[in-house]
Amino acid sequence: MNRRDILRRTAAAGLLATPAAGLLAGCATGGGGDDKGDAGTYKGTKSEQNPLGVAEDAPLEVVIFNGGFGEEYAKAHEAMYTEKYPKAKINHSATQEISKTLQPRFVDGTPPDVVNNSGAGQIDFNGLVSQNAIADLGELLAAPSLDIPGKTVKDTLLPGAVEVGSYDGKFLVMNYTYTVYGIWHSTKLFTERKWEYAKTWDEHIALCKQIKAAGIAPWTYAGLHPRYMSWPLISTAIKFGGPSVATAIDNLEPNAWKSDAMKAAADAWHQIVKDKYILEGSSGLDHKQSQTAWCQGKAAFISCGSWLESEQKDVTPAGFNMTVQPTPSLGSGDKLPFEAVRGTAGEPFMVPAKAKNIAGGLELFRIMLSRKGAQDFTKKVSSLTVVAGASEGVELPFGLATVVKALDASGSNGFNWVYNNYYRKLERNLVDAACGEFFSGRIGPAEFLDQCQKGADSIAQDSSIKKYKRAV
Amino acid sequence: MRHGKYPLIVTFLVPPVLLYVVFVVSPYLQTFQISTTDWLGYSADANSVGMANFKALWNDDYVWNALKNNAILLALVPVLTIVLGLFFAAMLNMGGRKGRAGVSGVRGSSFYRTVYFFPQVLSVVIIALLWKEVYHPNKGLLTSALNGVGLSAPTWLGDPKTAFWCVLAVMIWSNVGFYVVLFGAAMSAIPKEIYEAVMLDGASRLTTLWKVTIPLLWDTVQVAWVYLAIFALDGFILVQLMTNGGPNFSTDVIGVRMYDTAFGSETKFGYASAIGVVMFFLTLTVAVLALRVSKRDRIEYS
Repeated sequence: MNRRDILRRTAAAGLLATPAAGLLAGCATGGGGDDKGDAGTYKGTKSEQNPLGVAEDAPLEVVIFNGGFGEEYAKAHEAMYTEKYPKAKINHSATQEISKTLQPRFVDGTPPDVVNNSGAGQIDFNGLVSQNAIADLGELLAAPSLDIPGKTVKDTLLPGAVEVGSYDGKFLVMNYTYTVYGIWHSTKLFTERKWEYAKTWDEHIALCKQIKAAGIAPWTYAGLHPRYMSWPLISTAIKFGGPSVATAIDNLEPNAWKSDAMKAAADAWHQIVKDKYILEGSSGLDHKQSQTAWCQGKAAFISCGSWLESEQKDVTPAGFNMTVQPTPSLGSGDKLPFEAVRGTAGEPFMVPAKAKNIAGGLELFRIMLSRKGAQDFTKKVSSLTVVAGASEGVELPFGLATVVKALDASGSNGFNWVYNNYYRKLERNLVDAACGEFFSGRIGPAEFLDQCQKGADSIAQDSSIKKYKRAV
Repeated sequence: MRHGKYPLIVTFLVPPVLLYVVFVVSPYLQTFQISTTDWLGYSADANSVGMANFKALWNDDYVWNALKNNAILLALVPVLTIVLGLFFAAMLNMGGRKGRAGVSGVRGSSFYRTVYFFPQVLSVVIIALLWKEVYHPNKGLLTSALNGVGLSAPTWLGDPKTAFWCVLAVMIWSNVGFYVVLFGAAMSAIPKEIYEAVMLDGASRLTTLWKVTIPLLWDTVQVAWVYLAIFALDGFILVQLMTNGGPNFSTDVIGVRMYDTAFGSETKFGYASAIGVVMFFLTLTVAVLALRVSKRDRIEYS
């Protein structure tokens, strides 16, 4: 390749570009789909037995995120579907790259009927919702539950399950699992050393001192994904200042990140950085590496969601007995009790608005949300579902049993935030980077909150990002 | 047979040109068109917004930060890779003390040749994961080695001060092997008589390398320069797998920014296309400049 070649090629490309640009307007973005109307969709007759109007012979295409939960659970749900509709043919596939695999099909107007939009390759929900790419699941909520008599699907769900998947009052995303976020420790380690989980922050710091003196690092965290540490920090702030702290952050209110509660929480958490209570080198570990160091007993505490137990299944020593606990209270002035814990629906499922078999997709969700479907899921993957009480009678592994206990203790004091669903970039990029600086000790609490606020402001000012308001 | 020429040419030329147009030219042109829209990637609707994406780009600190990192890569990766590549190739081909006229390699040169080429055999993904473990802050090779001799080690990829240089080192490590082979092949094409003449004149090995070998290799170096410059403007795979731009955007490059904008934390395909267009012109400019700056008279020896 020499210079003349390059120039010649550029010139040729330039010549081509002029007339072709107009033609190409209809290429990548101009794909079909908008004027087909209802012609290509499947609809059955609604009846008491078939409240969603499923066409019983319509094929159903399902795409599952092949992550921590695998795909076997989904196949079981699909089998329940074909049991009900023997004439329906189900096209099942599983991938880890949801956005790359499905993006062209959304543009083309031929998306699958059910998408488990999860994992690192998840499609940003803000973009999907603002382009009206997801079907309204309202009908599903109003439909009667499959095997819990006298209740609609909505009545069978845990509190908060509908809120998390709602955008501007429309229920668009069915989050299937129920995840508790907290601080984890090994019961075995704590019993051996006669340590007890501390309920207040001062006691927590005293315990950290004791743990460090015993030659174990009190904390470790996923330094390459430091947003894991934003969870306990924000939780501390919400317990101190009440749920309005979360609402302000979710609604991108000015200076929401610099509220007094956030300041108090950041100051408190700075202590573990200052006093070097974090395992050395944590800032260079990814989530798996840090969780493994924790399982090996190199650190006492780690922040994670309730998927931790199944994620660590292969490396957890026998008898480790991981337990989840709420974040310690800052003091007696806290608005929420110590037991209050962040619980939220996770693992999003959706039906694309242009899916051919929308009713079939909703019906599959109804099967998943039946007691039978939910119990099968909990048995298969050791995770709770959003179906209230569905884990009763199922034998749970140690860690998950502590999750249920924490959830019961928390009761109506449970809290949550959703800014990470509304504005994926804010948590994944901006708060994440700030947490990395803060928990490695490169910046202090004030700068940390400044950096988070700057990120939130940049989202608020970006007119190309659709904004949502949280109802409560 | 004159009239038979064109069907032949057409048969051989049309399929590759068609493929090139469909898979290379047309996506480029579409990117230009999409970059002037606000397309969000998951519907068929896009509104034309003119140059708004490019204006936003101009004010986007994260893009500038990524470009700054690319600029550093551009300044260092080609130079260091070529210098190392030339040095190793010279040692392998003419570094030995024995042998006539200094034109044999150091002892065990065939062994080294294989070793240098190892990284080239591995896929980039493997290289990234391999080095991620080498840089493991607690039990990685580097930390263990430093701790072994009583030194404290940084957290490598976990520290904005070191992460960028760690990635840069891997870029050079993974590239040098190929250029050792490339330069080596070019060196063996240089007639031995030239070296014999130089030896008779009493030139040292360094002088030989500097005054004879490199000038004769200049064409090859030039090609290496362009390839490496283009590589330095990309660097996407290594960065995405090793650090994904972190910590605190210290290893971010323009390719990662583009990917993240479309497939990562947002779905702004219009804006990402605008980044792609900027990348296209930057790469083109750099390639042209690299060729122009390194332009010299061609030396023929036949």
